[in-house]
Order: sequence, then C-alpha cells, then structure tokens
Amino acid sequence: MTLEEIKALRSEPWREELRKAVSPKERGAIERVKMNELTPEYRVTTFTEEVNQGLTKEQALLEAKRCLDCADPSCMKGCPVSINIPTFIKNIERGEFLEAAHVLKETSSLPAVCGRVCPQEKQCESQCIKLKMKQQPVAIGYLERFAADYERESGQMQAPKCAPKNGKKVAVVGSGPSGLAFSADMIKLGYEVTVFEALHEIGGVLKYGIPEFRLPNKIVDAEINVLREMGVNFQPDVIVGKTISYDQLHEMGFDGIFVGSGAGLPRFMNIPGENAIGVMSSNEYLTRINLMGAGRGLGDTPVLKGKNVAVIGGGNTAMDSARTARRMGAERVMLVYRRSMDEMPARKEEVHHALEEGIEFMTLHNPIEYHADENGRVNEMVLQVMELGEPDASGRRSPVPVEGKTETLPADLVIVAVGVSPNPIIPNAISALETSRKGTIVVNEETLQSSVSDLFAGGDIVRGGATVILAMGDGRRAAANMHSYLSAR
Amino acid sequence: MNKILSKKMFSEKVACLEVEAPLIARSRKAGHFVIVRIDERGERIPLTIADADIQKGTITLVVQAVGASSTRITQLEPGDVLHDVVGPLGHATDIQKYGTVVCCGGGVGVAPLYPIVKAMHEAGNRVIVVLAARTKDLIILEDEMRAASDEVIIMTDDGSYGTKGLVTNGVETVINREKVDKVVCIGPTIMMKFVALLTKKYDISTIVSLNTIMVDGTGMCGACRVSVGGKTKFVCVDGPEFDAHEVDFDEMMMRMRAYKADEVEAMSKLNA
Repeated sequence: MTLEEIKALRSEPWREELRKAVSPKERGAIERVKMNELTPEYRVTTFTEEVNQGLTKEQALLEAKRCLDCADPSCMKGCPVSINIPTFIKNIERGEFLEAAHVLKETSSLPAVCGRVCPQEKQCESQCIKLKMKQQPVAIGYLERFAADYERESGQMQAPKCAPKNGKKVAVVGSGPSGLAFSADMIKLGYEVTVFEALHEIGGVLKYGIPEFRLPNKIVDAEINVLREMGVNFQPDVIVGKTISYDQLHEMGFDGIFVGSGAGLPRFMNIPGENAIGVMSSNEYLTRINLMGAGRGLGDTPVLKGKNVAVIGGGNTAMDSARTARRMGAERVMLVYRRSMDEMPARKEEVHHALEEGIEFMTLHNPIEYHADENGRVNEMVLQVMELGEPDASGRRSPVPVEGKTETLPADLVIVAVGVSPNPIIPNAISALETSRKGTIVVNEETLQSSVSDLFAGGDIVRGGATVILAMGDGRRAAANMHSYLSAR
Repeated sequence: MNKILSKKMFSEKVACLEVEAPLIARSRKAGHFVIVRIDERGERIPLTIADADIQKGTITLVVQAVGASSTRITQLEPGDVLHDVVGPLGHATDIQKYGTVVCCGGGVGVAPLYPIVKAMHEAGNRVIVVLAARTKDLIILEDEMRAASDEVIIMTDDGSYGTKGLVTNGVETVINREKVDKVVCIGPTIMMKFVALLTKKYDISTIVSLNTIMVDGTGMCGACRVSVGGKTKFVCVDGPEFDAHEVDFDEMMMRMRAYKADEVEAMSKLNA
C-alpha cells in the first residue's frame, strides 16, 4: 500500500469526523487496556483454555480511542506485512468490527493467529507515536485479535475475493505460517494452489509447536478453513523430496514452487547423559502433547511425565515447554538459562505468564551433564554456574562459566529447547539448490527466489529460526515476486 | 486414507498388510520406511516397507502387535483404511556389487530384509539368507527369500526347523565356509548387537537397520536418536541403516524401553 492510498483512506469523511470527535488530549488520558486473563491457579489445570481471554467490546472501543490516527502511521513500518493499522483500529472505534476484520485480512491471512503470537512489543507497538509522548503504546495486538475473533464468532467470516483463474499452478511445501500466507496471496491472484504437508495436520508449527493455551487449534483451523473455501488444496502426508520429487512436481504441471518447510531439526548440547531416557527435545515434548494429544486422553501416544522438570533454554519454545510441563502435573518446573533475565529472547508476556504459573527461573546456569538411574532414566542434572562477560556477536553479553562452581539438582524430565536447525529434506533432494553453511536455503533477499529459478523460499528454512509473522511476511513477499516472475515468463 | 487390499497373519501377533499407496510405491527403494497412523487417535508408528507393486500402486507392511496402535493395526481387515501413511522415509540401502552378501534377520526384521535381499541379488551379488526364529511357526517369508537368493539357512532356538541354534551360529557357519564381503542384519536390537560383535571379530563390513521410537519420522523430534561412532544420530533422517560396528546397541536397547510401562498399561486397557 502506498502512502497516497493510506492518506486517501485516512481522509474519508468518517475518519475525519472520528478524529475531530475526541481531542488528542482526551485520547492521551485513557489508560492502556489490560488483557483479561485466567488466574494462574485455574489455568494450570487446563490445556485448551486460553490464558488470554481477549477484550470485551467496551474495552476494545475504549482502547481504539487511544489511537491518534497519525498522518504518517509509524506503526505500519513495524509490521512485517504492513497491515493498515490505523484503518482497522478506527473501524473498531466507530463500531464497524467486521469492517476492521476485513482490513486486517487484506494483508494478513491469519489475523487471529497474529493477534495472539506476534511479538507486537518489538514490532508495530514499538513504533507507536505514543511511546515518544511517554505514554503506553496502543494495544494493537489485542485489537487485532479482537477484530479477528469478532468476525469468526459472528458466523459471518468472509473469504476474500479471488481473481479469475489464470491457468497457472503453484505448489507449496509446508503448511506453516509462510506457506499459508503465500497460498492466500496466490489464490487471490488467480493461481491454482496445492499445499503439501509432511505431517497429518495442516498448520505446521502453529499446530505441533505452539500450545493450545496460547493458540487454540480451533482458531488455527478456522483461518485455514477460509483458505480452503477460497480454493486452496491441502494435501497432508506428502513429503516433497521424498513422496514426490521436484521433477515430479513439474510433471504434475506446477509452474512455481514455494518452500516453507521450516526449521525442523532440534539441537542438542552434546553433553554426557543427554541420551538418557527422559531427556528430550522441546519439539518431541510439544509434538507428543499438542499434535498427538499425549497425556490429555486424546490418543494412543504416550509422553513421559516428571516430578522435577527442567527446561533448558530461554526462548518462547522454552516457555511453552515449561508451562506445558506445569499443566502435565509437574511438582517443580525449572527453567535453566545460561544468560540473565535481560538477555532472554522469549516475549515478555510469556516470561510474565510463566513466572505467574510458578516456573522457577534458574538464570546464569547451564547444564553440563545428566545422571541416570539403573533403568537409564535421567534423575539429576549438573549445572554450571555462569556469569556475564563481554557482549558477543549478537550484542548480548556472553555467559562465561564461574570456575569450579556447579550445582547438582534432581530432574526426572529434561526438555531441551536450545534452538533448531533447518530441515534438510528439501536441500538434500534438489542438488542444484544453493544452501548456506548452516543448511538454510540461499535466496535473493529482495525476491526470495532461490538459485533454482522457479523455486522461492521463506520462513525458517531461509532464516534458520524466527517468528510466525516474519515467516508470513516472507510468504507474502515470495508470492508477489513469484507472480511477477511467472507473469513475465 | 489408505485402503488395505489384503492381509495375511504371519503369526498370532504379526500381520502382513498390502496397502494402497501409489505415490510411495513409485518412489520407495529397499531400506525405506513409512510412518503409519491407524486413525485420529493412533500413534505415529514407523514401519519398514517390505515390498511394493508399482502397477497395483501398493506397498507391503509387516506389523507386530507391541503397543495399543500397533495391536489395533494388526486387527484391521481388507477394506479397512489406515488414516495416514507417509513416506518413503530415511535413506535407501546402499546397493552395490559387493560379492557375497549374507542377509540375516529375525522376528519382523525379516520383512524389511526381503527388499534388500532382492535388490542385492539383482545387483549381481551371491546372496545367502539366514532366517532365525524361536520356533518353526515364527519363520516368515521363507518361500519369497528362497526365490530371491542363492541359499536360505534356517535357524530355530528349539530345533523344530532347520538347524538348532541362533542367528549368529548360522552366520558364522557361512563365514567359516566361504569369503563373505558384506553382512546385512535386521532384527531385534539384541540380535543385531551379537551379529555386529561376530562380524567385527572377522572384520566384515556390516549394515544394520534400526527401528527406534519415532514421532514424526522427518527429523523434527529427535526421539529416535542413537549414538553411532560416539556421535548422536537421528535414525529417521541419518539412517535407518548404519555401520553395525559403530552403533551403541546398549544405549539403544535402554532407550527402546522408555515407554515400556505405557505400552503395558495401554495393552491391558485394550484387552480389558
């Protein structure tokens, strides 16, 4: 969207009127809304009930009033998919909630997901003009979620209009956020879109990774169903590079391929005892519980339970694992992180929720060894005490061991959440595809086109580990660029 | 959804299923496996592909009742469907002309051994098969193996069929008789461990195919990890075949017991 288009929308009479109705001073006097939450005592007893309960109509109307409807909205620059933020918020302010949802869906195919899992505090909200005025930023994420939820619950969910079919076919590898965003844009442009998913469920990390107390499956499914209605064809249980080859995709008539296969491989630390029973990756732990329903009476898949659970890492996945372990009935859940609270990469909200739920944060500790009982089950972890040294390449102060200082603590379940590496299946299957030393697919940074001209890629298979919204931004950018590439051909 | 076209019970607990899966039938090679889920409640189970028919668009799977999901799969009948079959997964067997190849197996391991025997034989190797079981009734795929190899040696623990003794006795007899260039072994972990010890003694290169616990089967979870040559490997993406002399079988056997208690509990519920 150009600045002119943004300005044209802003100068519509209803917007002008709305701006005049309340003075900036009055708008500034309203306090930022607080998210309604389940109490920590109650929420640790439930897997599926969301911690964040969303805003009421009244709360949303009031919060929307805080937005100043800036002439040059800086918030939009903080959004990887450039949602027209003031336009959707002003629609909320005037009570046109469905219209607000439509504005969101012009640019984001998964607004109810983004409203929940985007790190708004680092994106749109971090650019809000109110911060410069020493005020709290507008709660853009809460409002996004409100509008998307309102539309879904109204039963008037509308699939965006699609251009007439252009006779071209595109294949999408992986049904996570980047693949879904790509599919939404391509189907709108008139392409025939088929999404191949390796797992039995559509949604990728939104399903296997993020727990339901943060992102319920029914929310993800509702957004996927809109894509289905628009005509996107989803094929689970198909692994491109294994079940069907890149050449076969061409035989099947696909003109372009988008790879959003994600960062699948869990990293381990290669320390003694790490292969003991009860030490597992966060991917395994969360997949068993979220995707397979283990420990929730939802199927045959089992998952090990622990009394003293240790989660290693400080990212959102570590928080999700720790909070899941709490819900699985652990007596003690320790989060072991080698740096301090300040360097922790997890969202502030997740850290806050984890603390409220009684997770013990053991910062400046790093596991160096695990001990197991006579059956091979882990029973203790040895932690090296750390301190902060000089800043490293990432700008964070790097942790260094305090010599001779270790602690041994009981732990009968250890969940390792120290990062992931790109999934190697696609790079291994297409020899002409250029990859980096880390195994990510190398693409043109502008167009997301790979060394194989009809193959574009985005999300974690390119970035190596990022966020849902950055992956979605990639999907949208790849769609625009593949469209120009295929149109010119 | 993948329809079951035919079924044969190899024993009380082992079923052989011919399953519709045209894309997999076309792309699979010896050594590949699939992940199967019986229904919405089912666990994802790795099963090595025993055979395939591109014309019919089918693959053959041999399933042993171990936990709840695998037991329920063995109870399916022709016309029933598997909710999900995904693959082929893992690396295919490195088929070359080695010379004389001994392919040995036991239990349901004999099923995934069969396509390797066929492929090794087609590649021009002299192939000697050693099949081992507790007793005569548990010997499977004997006719198929005879048709696809140069010689089949049967070993039973109780001597009810073939020669009385373990798989290692059969393999050692061949080694003492002629020059063996390669050994392939698929079976219970303990069997593979002892075959590996035997062939190490004679310094014969040996491949084993591991069937560890898996969830996704595509490298995502790491449940299948094993130590090979002191390094952690994922059976699903790095294997399933490894150099037998490098595998830490003791660690693998320990890790295979992770969900033993859950299996026992699930089975008692299923039988109740």
